Amino acid sequence: MKKRVLAMILTTALSALTLAGCGGGGSSTTGGSAAPATSGGGTAAAGGSFKIGAIGPMTGDGAAYGLAVVNGSKLAVDEINAAGGVNGFMLEHKGEDDELNNEKSMNAYNTLKDWGMQILVGPTTSGCTIAVSDLAHEDSMFLLTPSGTAVDCVKYDNAFRVCFSDPAQGTESAKYMAEKGIGSKYAVIYDSSDPYSSGIYESFNAEAAAQGLEIVSAEAFTSDSNKDFSVQLQKAKEGGADLVFLPIYYNQASLILKQAADMDYHPVFFGCDGMDGILTVENFDTSLTEGLILMTPFSADATDDLTVNFVKKYQEQFGEVPNQFAADAYDGVYAIKAAIEKKNLTPDMSTEKICKGLMEAFPEITISGLTSSSLSWDASGEPNKEPRIFAIEGGKYIVQ
Amino acid sequence: MLKTIGKKYGFYIVIVLFWLLMTLLGNAGMLTSHFSSLLVPMTYYAIAAVALNLCVGILGELSIGHAGFMCIGAFSGAIFSLLTKEVLPGGLRFFLAFVVGIAFAALFGFLIGIPVLRLKGDYLAIVTLAFGEIIKNVLQAVYLGVDAQGVHLSLDMTTFRMEPDGLTLIKGAQGVSGTPRNSSFTVGIIVLLLTLFLVHHLMDSRDGRAIMAIRDNRIAAEATGIHVTRYKMLAFTISAAIAGAAGVLFSHNVTTMTNISNYFNYNASIMLLVYVVLGGIGNINGSVIAAMILYLLPELMRGLNRYRMLIYAIVLILMMLVNWAPGVQERRRRLKAFLKTRLTRAGKEA
Repeated sequence: MKKRVLAMILTTALSALTLAGCGGGGSSTTGGSAAPATSGGGTAAAGGSFKIGAIGPMTGDGAAYGLAVVNGSKLAVDEINAAGGVNGFMLEHKGEDDELNNEKSMNAYNTLKDWGMQILVGPTTSGCTIAVSDLAHEDSMFLLTPSGTAVDCVKYDNAFRVCFSDPAQGTESAKYMAEKGIGSKYAVIYDSSDPYSSGIYESFNAEAAAQGLEIVSAEAFTSDSNKDFSVQLQKAKEGGADLVFLPIYYNQASLILKQAADMDYHPVFFGCDGMDGILTVENFDTSLTEGLILMTPFSADATDDLTVNFVKKYQEQFGEVPNQFAADAYDGVYAIKAAIEKKNLTPDMSTEKICKGLMEAFPEITISGLTSSSLSWDASGEPNKEPRIFAIEGGKYIVQ
Repeated sequence: MLKTIGKKYGFYIVIVLFWLLMTLLGNAGMLTSHFSSLLVPMTYYAIAAVALNLCVGILGELSIGHAGFMCIGAFSGAIFSLLTKEVLPGGLRFFLAFVVGIAFAALFGFLIGIPVLRLKGDYLAIVTLAFGEIIKNVLQAVYLGVDAQGVHLSLDMTTFRMEPDGLTLIKGAQGVSGTPRNSSFTVGIIVLLLTLFLVHHLMDSRDGRAIMAIRDNRIAAEATGIHVTRYKMLAFTISAAIAGAAGVLFSHNVTTMTNISNYFNYNASIMLLVYVVLGGIGNINGSVIAAMILYLLPELMRGLNRYRMLIYAIVLILMMLVNWAPGVQERRRRLKAFLKTRLTRAGKEA
C-alpha cells in the first residue's frame, strides 16, 4: 500500500514536472531553439528585434556585480531603442541569475536560449564565463563578457571581453609601480581560493621579477578566512613593505585598510578593478582610503558628458551609483551595436550567421565608451585600451 | 508474484519510464534546452543523496562532509579524463573515469572513516564537516601538472614551473578545466539505477542487516557478535564511493571547476542532507524524489526573478512541515483513511 501511494505521488510529480517542462517550451516563440542543436539554433525572433541576454549573480554573494551587469546592459539597450534602434531594428533584453555558480550559469544560458537569445552579454564572473563559453561555442552564439577576466574566458573565437584579463592587470600594475617608482619594498595579500585574485597575483609576481621589484611578503587568505588579516599585515609590516598590493575585491580590502590603520601601519595600498566600490562600503570610514591607488576602467566621478549622463540615468533608474561592471556591460552593448551596423546584420539571420558577422566585425570596430575613449578588439577576443589608474583623494577618484 | 515484483522493482520501473518519457520528449524537440540541461544535474544529485542516505539513514551516522567525497570523485575522474583525452576512445575513457573516481572516493572514505567512525553523533558530524572542508581547501590550493620531467605538485604558484609542452591539471583556485562533456541523462540514469540496485541489495543482505542492527542498538549488535567497526567502515566506504560516482558525473557535465567552494563546501553537504531529510531518513527512494524535486524547484521558478530564492526557502519549510510535522501527518493519515472508506463504499455500491 505504502509503495503504491509512493508510486502515485511520484507519477503525479513527474507528470507535473513534464508539464512544466513543456509549458516552458510552449511559451517560447522560437520552436527551433528548443530542438537539439542540429536545427541551427535560434531562428528569427518575431518582430525584427535582436534578443540580447545577460547573465550574472543577481542573488547571494556576488549580487552587486551581476545586478550591475544586467542593469548596465539594460540601460544601454533602452537608450539605443529610444534613439531608434540599430539600423532600425529594436533590441530586446533579458537578464538571468546564475548565483555565482558555473552549473547554474549554464542553466541560465539555456533559459535565455529558450527565450530566443541571439547575442550574449555575459556571464559576469570568470568561472561562469568559462563554463558557458563551452556551450556558446557549441551553439555558435556570440559571447561578450563584460567582466570575465580569466585567460580561458575568451579561449574560443566567438568569445570576446570588455575588461582587461587577469594577467594584463597584474602585469600593468607591476609596470606602473616600476615606472612611477611608487614604493621600494612590496607586499601582496591575495585570495588563493579565488581565480581572479590568484590569476592577477601570478602575473604580477612574474612581471615584478622582470622589473626588479622586491617583494618582501606574499600572503594568501581564502574565502573561508577573509575577516581577520592581522597576520598578513603583520608580515608585510615586519618586512618593511611600503606598498601593499591588493588584487582582491573591495569588501575584503575595506577590512584590510581598517585593520592596517588599527595597527598603525600606513603603506600605499594598490588595487585592481575589484577594488572599485570601496567608497560604497557601509559602516566603513572612507577617509582610510585616502591615497589608495587603483587600476579600474571606470570612475563615476569623471566629468565627461558620457559618464555624467550614464551615472545620472543609472541612479534614476536603479537608485545606485554604477560601478565598473555596469560600465563594462554598457560599453559591451554599444560595441555590439557598432558591430551589427558595420556588417549590416539583421535579426532574421540565424544565430550562427549573426555570430560569424560579429566575430568578423569586432576586430574592425573602435568605439568611444565609458571605460575607454578608444576601445577596439583583437581577433583573439582581448580588448585594446589604455589602462586607467586612479588615486582616491578626498573621497573621489582622481586620474593619475 | 506480480505484487512482490512490483514492490521490489516498482521504483526502478518508474525511473525507466521517466527516462523513456524525457528521452522521447527530447528527441521530439518538446523539451526546452533549459529543462533538458537540468536532467543531468538531477540524476547526480539524486545519486549523491542516496549515498548520504546510506550513511545517515542506514548506518545511522550523521555525515556533513559528503560533498567532500563528491569533490574527490569529481577531481580524480576529471584528471583521468584529461590525461587520457587523446589516448582512449570516449566511451571507454568515461567508464574508466568512473572506476578511478569511485576508487579514489572509496579510498578517502576508508581513510577518513578510520578516525571518524570512532566517534558518535554530534562529534562524528563535526569531524566529517572538517574533513569535507579540508578536502575542498587542499584541492583549491594545489597546483598539479605533468610534463616531460614527470609530475609536478605544489601548493605555491610561484614555485610551480612547467615545461611549455606540459599539461596543467589542477591550477589552484582556477581549478580544472577542459574536461570532456561526457555526462548525459542516459548515463546518469544508468548510474542511478545501479546505485539503487546496490543499496537496496545491501539493505536486504546479511551485511546490510548487520549495519542496521548497529544503527538500532549498538550494544545489542556487538553482543550478538557483529564486528561493529568492520560494518561501519563498510557502509561508510560504500557511501563515499557512490558520492564519488556522482562527482564524476558532475565534473563531466560542468567541465570547468573553478570556485569549487560553491559546489563542495559545507553548504553543499547540508543541501544533500536536506534532500535526505525531506525524502525520509532511511528511505532510499524518497531521497531520489526529494533531490530531483528540490533541484528543479529554484530553476523552474526563474520566472519569479529575484524573489525565487526567498520563495524557495518558504517552499522548503512548507514541504518539511507537510511531510514531517506530526500534526500534519496525523491529518494526512485521517484524510487517507476517510478517502479509503469512501472509495470502498463507492466500490460496493457500484
